[in-house]
Amino acid sequence: MTPEAGLAALWLAAALSLLGLFLSVLHVRGKVEADRPVRGLAIVQGLLCLFAFAMLLTVFAQTDLSVALVAENSHSAKPFIYKVAGAWGNHEGSMLLWVTVLGLSGAALAIFSRRLPSRILIAALGAQAALALGFHAFLLFASNPFARLNPAPVEGRGLNPLLQDPGLAFHPPTLYLGYVGLSVAFSLAVGAMLAGDVDRSLARAMRPWVLGAWIFLTLGITAGSYWAYYELGWGGWWFWDPVENASLMPWLAATALVHSVAVLASRNALKAWTMMLAVIAFSMSMVGTFLVRSGILTSVHSFAVDPTRGAFILALLGIYVTAAFVLFAVRAGNLREGAPFELVSREAAIVVNNLLLTVILGIVFIGTLYPLIAEALSGEKLSVGAPYFNAVAGPLAILLGILLAVGPLLSWRGESRAIMRKLALPALIAATTLVIAILALPQAGLLSKFGLALAAGLLPAAIAPLTGRNPLHTPLMTWGMVIAHLGVAVAIAGMASDSAFTVEKLTAVKPGESVNVGPWLVRFENVSPVGGPNWTAVEAELRASRGGGVHVLHPQSRFFTDPPTETNEAAIETLMSGQLYTVLGKSDGEGRWQLRLWWKPLVTLIWFGGVLIGLGGLIAFLGHARRSWRRKAFE
Amino acid sequence: MIARPKHQRMVLVILAVAAVLGAALLAMWGLKDRAAYFYTPADVVAGKASTGKAMRLGGMVERGSVQRDEDGVTTRFLVEDGEARVLVTYRGILPDLFREGSGVVAEGKLAADRSFIANNILAKHDERYMPPELGNQSAEHKAGQTLRQ
Repeated sequence: MTPEAGLAALWLAAALSLLGLFLSVLHVRGKVEADRPVRGLAIVQGLLCLFAFAMLLTVFAQTDLSVALVAENSHSAKPFIYKVAGAWGNHEGSMLLWVTVLGLSGAALAIFSRRLPSRILIAALGAQAALALGFHAFLLFASNPFARLNPAPVEGRGLNPLLQDPGLAFHPPTLYLGYVGLSVAFSLAVGAMLAGDVDRSLARAMRPWVLGAWIFLTLGITAGSYWAYYELGWGGWWFWDPVENASLMPWLAATALVHSVAVLASRNALKAWTMMLAVIAFSMSMVGTFLVRSGILTSVHSFAVDPTRGAFILALLGIYVTAAFVLFAVRAGNLREGAPFELVSREAAIVVNNLLLTVILGIVFIGTLYPLIAEALSGEKLSVGAPYFNAVAGPLAILLGILLAVGPLLSWRGESRAIMRKLALPALIAATTLVIAILALPQAGLLSKFGLALAAGLLPAAIAPLTGRNPLHTPLMTWGMVIAHLGVAVAIAGMASDSAFTVEKLTAVKPGESVNVGPWLVRFENVSPVGGPNWTAVEAELRASRGGGVHVLHPQSRFFTDPPTETNEAAIETLMSGQLYTVLGKSDGEGRWQLRLWWKPLVTLIWFGGVLIGLGGLIAFLGHARRSWRRKAFE
Repeated sequence: MIARPKHQRMVLVILAVAAVLGAALLAMWGLKDRAAYFYTPADVVAGKASTGKAMRLGGMVERGSVQRDEDGVTTRFLVEDGEARVLVTYRGILPDLFREGSGVVAEGKLAADRSFIANNILAKHDERYMPPELGNQSAEHKAGQTLRQ
């Protein structure tokens, strides 16, 4: 009965969304007073989604093979944690998770945003109910996760072994919290444009959602990048795969939004612009969902091709985005003028930041969709990869990094401060690094040389806003900003270092032979068979040394039985100075084994920087929460 | 200098439009010679693909054609599509699902002698996923589709 209970909860949630939408329209038009009912419906709707998701987890935990989704994606011999995580490692389950997060976001909006004017809040809840309704319809009519199989098979088909990884348990839910958290920014923007005016109180209500979603997107992208790095065994950390871009695009929009919503909250400026960005950010989340879930892309992440689903999501995307843009076009002109600002001020720097992020977003968007459009129009098949994205978006990212050094040192309203003095040292460090890089690294790419110089200058520049301040009296928001910006510098240092200094060695060796890679001497000791719960493997033993101690690594080539698949498990040794990355290839049948080795100096800074960015966001989030709580207590 | 509000909103609108147009122009410029087109062996033999430009070659690995060089890491094989065949040279570890007689997409460049130098090989990832370019060529894939419906 568990799956039927879940399905019933979904139907009920869909019905309540419809009712909530209906009542909110009446409320906004002033026909009825429905503030409490609409909020109540949003909360119950969210809880019903959560219940349905719990039911799905239950059938996966029990490996109930009479449920089609379990039979297709699970197996009784799978480790328990992957049985549960397998619930969202497939199309239907992940869409249910998506809808659950959407429903819970609506519930949280109804509970926590009571300080907004009632008309705006109820209009926003109406918009949220309209979103939920569409995605409920998608689940119920095109992606039912609870469909039964009769007769039930004796055994499931298993889960793609690439997905049997701790990264899976963490990565998609984190990204979805980010994707769908942006739906609230979208709904608040739509609500404000429908029902009232945009002001600082709206920005204050929107900011925690934007910040929260952005933190989850940041951490989700960081985790996804590391997952691809160690799981695919290709030594790269970003492949410009359309599915990666699908998470990068909402992140770029959310990054712009985090900054512009701050301008709106502090200075009551950039009103229409911020509303536009809120609409774009969630639109990008839906574009991302469409790209991933329609299966129309060549990608390691796309699992099945099912055109009806793609068309369904595309229709939802078209309806919501068109409606929001039409509303924006009609209402943006009616918004009251925002406060004007100086040409050289923090506001102006944030405008430039937003413009650069928008241009980068446009470049990624066009590059990601171009293959689809070209194929649809001319039938020509093509792919767009790193050469395009790095060459076109890379220089703009460097400009954005330079702006990051300057912007935080400018003050709101453009009162003059001695920023030149604070920037002199970072500029000197950056220039020196650039000269050294050009002289010492003739073989490195231009982008990585500029990246190294930028990172070197940004590290001191990111901390500069703290100079001359008492750390105990510095607001948490400032700490958050500084830490997030420092994270950007650290991540850029890792990226540039990886591309400038990485050494790679590809060879075939017999047991007992040694290979040099960078400063390392790696001795190939032997291969031996090993076994796991649902796989067998050959495992190599490598002893790596550079001067002092010996590090032992065990890269594997794994064979999974259900479904029959092979994967490479890279062995990675992490040191302060970088990572030694080793992959075991095939045997040539005459005693030699292929080995692919990389020495990647400082590569871990990429993900460490990503975590710092998220941590900075969290600290700022807490700072705002504390301030808002104090304000409430004061009232 | 504080601009008048009306004036400033106008400037912002112009900047936003310029940003979007700028992004589109930059993207078009970048795509012009950085998009990698997909060709079949028949296209290559017919001379449709130009040498020295990043591209993708897709087809089936011809049975019995896979050979490994003395260095142990360079592999040569023929990719065919029923009409023509192209020799592919790849230095690296082949993907796990690379098999004779099964679908493959090679990324790389066409050399002057019309053989293909691959820098990356994509094979069918598991029994459900394969590059869409090969979707029509595999009966097994179709069977998988039917099973799912």
